[in-house]
Amino acid sequence: MRENRTEMSEDDERATDLGGGGAVVVEASSNKTRSFGGNGGGGLGVGIGGVVDYCPSPYPDQVLENVLENVLLFLTSRRDRNSVSLVCKSWYRAEALTRTDLFIGNCYAVSPRRAIERFQRVRSLVLKGKPRFADFSLVPPNWGAHFFPWVSAMAAAYPWLEKVHLKRMSVTDDNLTLLAHSFPGFKELVLVCCDGFSTAGLAAVAKCRQLRVLDLIDDEVIEDDVDWISCFPEPVTCLESLIFDCVESPVNFEALERLVARSPSLRRLKLNRHVNLVQLQRLMVRVPQLTHLGTGSFSTLDNPAQVDQEPDLSAFATCKSLVCLSGFRDIVPDYLSAIYPVCSRLTSLNFSYANINAEQLKSVIRYCHNLQTLWVLDSVCDEGLQAVAATCKELRELRVFPIDAREDGEAAVSEVGLLAISEGCSKLRSILYFCQQMTNAAVVAMSRNCPELMVFRLCIMGRHRPDHLTGEPMDEGFGAIVMNCKKLTRLAVSGLLSDKAFSYIGEYGKLIRTLSVAFAGDSDMGLTYVLKGCPKLQKLEIRDSPFGNSALLSGLHHYYNMRFLWMSTCKLTLEGCKEVAQRMPHLVVEVIGDRDECDTGDAIDKLYMYRSLDGPRADAPPFVMIL
Amino acid sequence: MERTVTYENDLNLKATELRLGLPGTDDSDKQTPSGVRSNKRTLSETTEECRSKSNSGTSDARNDDTETAPAAKAQVVGWPPIRSYRKNSFQPKKTEAEAAGIYVKVSMDGAPYLRKIDLKSYKGYPELLKALENMFKFTIGQYSEREGYNGSDYAPTYEDKDGDWMLVGDVPWEMFISSCKRLRIMKGSEARGLGSYV
Repeated sequence: MRENRTEMSEDDERATDLGGGGAVVVEASSNKTRSFGGNGGGGLGVGIGGVVDYCPSPYPDQVLENVLENVLLFLTSRRDRNSVSLVCKSWYRAEALTRTDLFIGNCYAVSPRRAIERFQRVRSLVLKGKPRFADFSLVPPNWGAHFFPWVSAMAAAYPWLEKVHLKRMSVTDDNLTLLAHSFPGFKELVLVCCDGFSTAGLAAVAKCRQLRVLDLIDDEVIEDDVDWISCFPEPVTCLESLIFDCVESPVNFEALERLVARSPSLRRLKLNRHVNLVQLQRLMVRVPQLTHLGTGSFSTLDNPAQVDQEPDLSAFATCKSLVCLSGFRDIVPDYLSAIYPVCSRLTSLNFSYANINAEQLKSVIRYCHNLQTLWVLDSVCDEGLQAVAATCKELRELRVFPIDAREDGEAAVSEVGLLAISEGCSKLRSILYFCQQMTNAAVVAMSRNCPELMVFRLCIMGRHRPDHLTGEPMDEGFGAIVMNCKKLTRLAVSGLLSDKAFSYIGEYGKLIRTLSVAFAGDSDMGLTYVLKGCPKLQKLEIRDSPFGNSALLSGLHHYYNMRFLWMSTCKLTLEGCKEVAQRMPHLVVEVIGDRDECDTGDAIDKLYMYRSLDGPRADAPPFVMIL
Repeated sequence: MERTVTYENDLNLKATELRLGLPGTDDSDKQTPSGVRSNKRTLSETTEECRSKSNSGTSDARNDDTETAPAAKAQVVGWPPIRSYRKNSFQPKKTEAEAAGIYVKVSMDGAPYLRKIDLKSYKGYPELLKALENMFKFTIGQYSEREGYNGSDYAPTYEDKDGDWMLVGDVPWEMFISSCKRLRIMKGSEARGLGSYV
């Protein structure tokens, strides 16, 4: 069987071979052969798992299936593919055989074995694990989302695997070594918010001869002394992208320089904070073709030998293709002028680790007419945001992070900044805005000025904080957002909110897929409005809000359509959760206790539930109770 | 300003405790059934105001404080929702440096023992010199580039990274604190000699 499938996959590459002569490889077990005698097409085998048969000459329906497979090769959207697979059994099988990009939004929704059985020719895997609130320490360590069962199953089943993209998974060095050894054509590894591995694992991956992409984004990499930078192939690498700004351990700079010199395809490079400006300049002269650059430490302080040497930063001017700039750790603002020559070409600028003030931002932003993505710290103040609004007319995405991430911290940006942005950047699609104070008026204004908004995430850092001018809850502001922003798919709310806000969300948020709620609402009605009103809701994460069992039960009609529901420190009890588990057999209902023990008593603290084809997971730690 | 209050169920301190908020708003009575966890609140004024305003159901928003030590700042776990990697990018490096400080020994000619000071705790030369004067009970003269410290028997000097003894005040402050290894307050003819060379 296996050999046939391998051959099939090679045949598939020859997309133009539409069943002429020779060995026509056909999906023989169509509906027709199995039901009621059919019309003789397809020869022998009837196999539910997709038996392959060879026929000397094509029957009409087999030609059709061949055509289908070849057409499906062009279908890349997974939503379209899901629809295709629902048409009929033969389309289901054809789709399964031609799906090369496998996306699994919740690693526990399906077992590796089942996924591999259905999709046999996968080249690329995207796998997501822990719920997002794990980023904020709400999920105890060792909760799960281990990469091991997946990598070991795939090692056997997908020899042609090329790309793995993991988010919030636990990955060990052994997993990475297995990965590197099992897939000879391995090309891309992207790890986002993962943990459990060290530089030793990176060294193993670096040795993959075909490696094009190694992107480590916001991971927690265990510090180790392994010189992984020296492990990339000689004499030349295929590297296109190397991102390691989250790796805390110092890197061997000479090896890095040699690596960059022997990577002619390198376009994206993001360094960690152990590379300073003087070293950066040496790297940049070797890769003038860079499109994405993450500077390391934007200073020379770590370089005592060169403490008096001013870095020659003209290298920036030679990078004519730079469109994305980030990094700027430990920034010495005096050196900012080095980037002026590239600003007008930039489409993406990430200053979210740069403690710069309004003036310093202005000196840069005035050149950035083409900017589409901007991440900054609130150190730039409302004034800085006003400058952004004045210049960046093409802005699509803005994120404003707090330098002082405390509830009672200094208010650096406010409704003034938000209003200015809304007035200047009408094409805005996505905003994440941390602030200490806000008004409904500014939020309403944004809802009117930015009709393209798809993502609106406002975090008023003080819990339960009302409109600071009127003292009113923030209901009307968020209400206006859901009402006026017709394309809204993601919403995060904050501030003082009553059930009214949720009634607005339920009434108008018809496209919302992701909703984040914290310290909001008055009663069960709040959650009920949302569960009953938002048909597209897929990801719902709630913390510290007074929603109880009856609200939980109001969503039973919808939970199978959702990827997950997270509720922590709400008013749920074991009773309520058990009832849900009982009535929804394909839902895995996890009650998560503290790291050492399960919740005792009736009230539960953390509920995480998700649909699954394979029932409760076998790797649940002792503090997780699966109902 | 006192922001943290720790309630201890056993002692029922909350009955006698002073806090902000209207009388009758008791927003800390919801304990977990297991009852052992202490309930921490941030008593910032705004949160109290809005709790009094929106009294109904929000009052039992419990702080999930399983990871913070008691009587520490009552920050709620995971709030504001910033990844710790990002949060730590600013704090620890700063506090690390601040905690480390730049401690250098200070000797004074004729004094029986040495002292140690943290150069980082001073913003510039005037502060440093004043502190030295207080510490050793002497007066330093007027500094001039040409003549060093005029009008006193003492001259503050330091040993730099290269092992050379330099007069305090010649180089910019930042450069000074990064290159200074120890301080010595010279006295008498030696000190005067130094001044007359400059």
